[in-house]
Amino acid sequence: MAVLLEVKNLETHFKTEAGLVKAVDGISYHIHEHEIVGVVGESGCGKSVSQLSILQLIPSPPGKIAGGEVWFEGNDLLRYPANGSKMRDIRGSKISMIFQEPMTSLNPVMSINQQLSEAMQLHLGLNKADARKRAIELLKLVGIPAAESRVDDYPHQFSGGMRQRVMIAMGLSCNPRLIIADEPTTALDVTTQAVLLKLMKDMVDRFNTSLVLVTHNLGVVARYAQRIYVMYAGRIVESGTTEDIFAHPRHPYTVGLLKCVPRLDGDRNKKLVPITGLPPNLVGMPPNCAFLPRCPYRIEQCRKEPWPPLTAVRKDHEAACFVHLEDKDLGINAE
Amino acid sequence: MAAGNGIAMERFEEAPQRVSGVRRFIRVFMGRKIVMFGIVVIGLLVFTAIFAPWLAPYPPNETSLRNTLAGPSSAHLLGTDSLGRDTLSRIIYGSRPGLVIGLIAVSIAAFIGMTFGLLAGFYGRMISAVIMRSMDAVMSVPMILLAVTIAALLGGGLKNVLMALGIALIPPYARLMCSQVLTVKQNDYITASRAGGATNLRIMLAHILPNCFPPLIVLMTMQIGTAILSEASLSFLGIGIKPPDAAWGSMVSEGYQNMLRAPVLSIAPGVAIMLVVFAFNMVGDGLRDALDPKLRGTL
Repeated sequence: MAVLLEVKNLETHFKTEAGLVKAVDGISYHIHEHEIVGVVGESGCGKSVSQLSILQLIPSPPGKIAGGEVWFEGNDLLRYPANGSKMRDIRGSKISMIFQEPMTSLNPVMSINQQLSEAMQLHLGLNKADARKRAIELLKLVGIPAAESRVDDYPHQFSGGMRQRVMIAMGLSCNPRLIIADEPTTALDVTTQAVLLKLMKDMVDRFNTSLVLVTHNLGVVARYAQRIYVMYAGRIVESGTTEDIFAHPRHPYTVGLLKCVPRLDGDRNKKLVPITGLPPNLVGMPPNCAFLPRCPYRIEQCRKEPWPPLTAVRKDHEAACFVHLEDKDLGINAE
Repeated sequence: MAAGNGIAMERFEEAPQRVSGVRRFIRVFMGRKIVMFGIVVIGLLVFTAIFAPWLAPYPPNETSLRNTLAGPSSAHLLGTDSLGRDTLSRIIYGSRPGLVIGLIAVSIAAFIGMTFGLLAGFYGRMISAVIMRSMDAVMSVPMILLAVTIAALLGGGLKNVLMALGIALIPPYARLMCSQVLTVKQNDYITASRAGGATNLRIMLAHILPNCFPPLIVLMTMQIGTAILSEASLSFLGIGIKPPDAAWGSMVSEGYQNMLRAPVLSIAPGVAIMLVVFAFNMVGDGLRDALDPKLRGTL
């Protein structure tokens, strides 16, 4: 599979009164064509910021993309001026985003038609009538009943799930090559989540798009993503195929995350093990591993040496850890 | 795809009954009696201003020195002033400068102020600092004093009063607009439209501006009242509409000299000012309720 998007050493910093926050601290990853990739991590680990940085949507000030490269279709997107025409040509047309909060991601004073048409008129050069036709088609596609009349409604006349369907329609409207969904189902109830994830998966398959699923919900990525990046404190700590990450985790943080999710196929009497401690304060971070204070497997080397880089533990599976955990250390039986 | 989304479908069917925007606007706007009263008063004002020559029983500047300071009678419903001019006719003609100044001065101020506020709120940093600090400087001078100074510098007359008030009324718009923009631009839908490739100009005009409107429209209608009152003050002070043209402010001022002999000379134009200002305030309130986007489509 060809690489669609390649991010190298992306760094995004925020100036705050307390000091410089390295929200994204040198992450590198890639997305293949027609691939669903999960980016997992707890709140504040930089997963959303890293995705916003790709399209240069970080509010500046206080945010600043301090370094790195984002290669897409042979160009480094970070070289483009943030609001210049080249960047705008990518946004919404080649790479589109779906946001977390369907309740606030739609403009309350514009009808659904106006909002769906906006990007299509801009990027596809459609006139109003054609854009409206396509808007209706898209709404039908994402399963909104009576699309012909609903298209002129305002966002508040839609429920949360319906709005997120509209957002998905908007994300698809210009046939993008990559859709970044930033916690697309977090604000919805569980049944709606399942329906919408299924919908997104169908749409991605149908339009041959790649999808980045940013989430803190391991269940979401387990089912739909082919590969997973686990982020902690602004860095990627482990990456691999979904199977590898779930069956053979190699970073203590990933192990901790998996231990605090109940499993239907395991021993139901087993207690869930929380990760002790709190996520680190990103201001004035020490150079060594950010997970160190919470890590049950730490060794002396972790304290002495700076944060280890991602190293391959097997094919297509990397972890940033000095402790080379093995399945037997974690009590995992070879399957 | 569409199958199996039981919950979403259920919610959809429970959505409030849909009401077209215009119908709802009219229902809410016209629903309150006091707002209707305001509309009627403003309607009468506009009607009077347009058809003044047909409505007024006498020409407004026709003097009659044999019939000065006459009390109300069937010939002169509101009596005559110290030069024997018919008070009713002068009030009818006086609606013209009031309305014109109210509408135009507020339009000028709102346009300039909102542009400033939009730029300051959207771009922030230096642009915001320069614009908002100069607005603060203008605001530190009481509005009426500023208008008096400008009008005195330029000389009286309709055009100069318009300029004076147009400038003096700018700061509240810039401030309100700026604070509105700061709130609105935090919204996810602004990031979403940026992520969709919209230009800064489009984000400002299509996404931010309409979401800032409701409080600004309220401010505008209320400011029309203020502008009319300020014009009256300027005319009262003798630097507004030039005599002998009729203006309510100058009528109050002239009548004031004969307050004890013919109180109606001051009271009648005073009541006219009060009614009109009150009417604009009430309509402003009604508009605020009717334009609230969060209530749109329901009720």
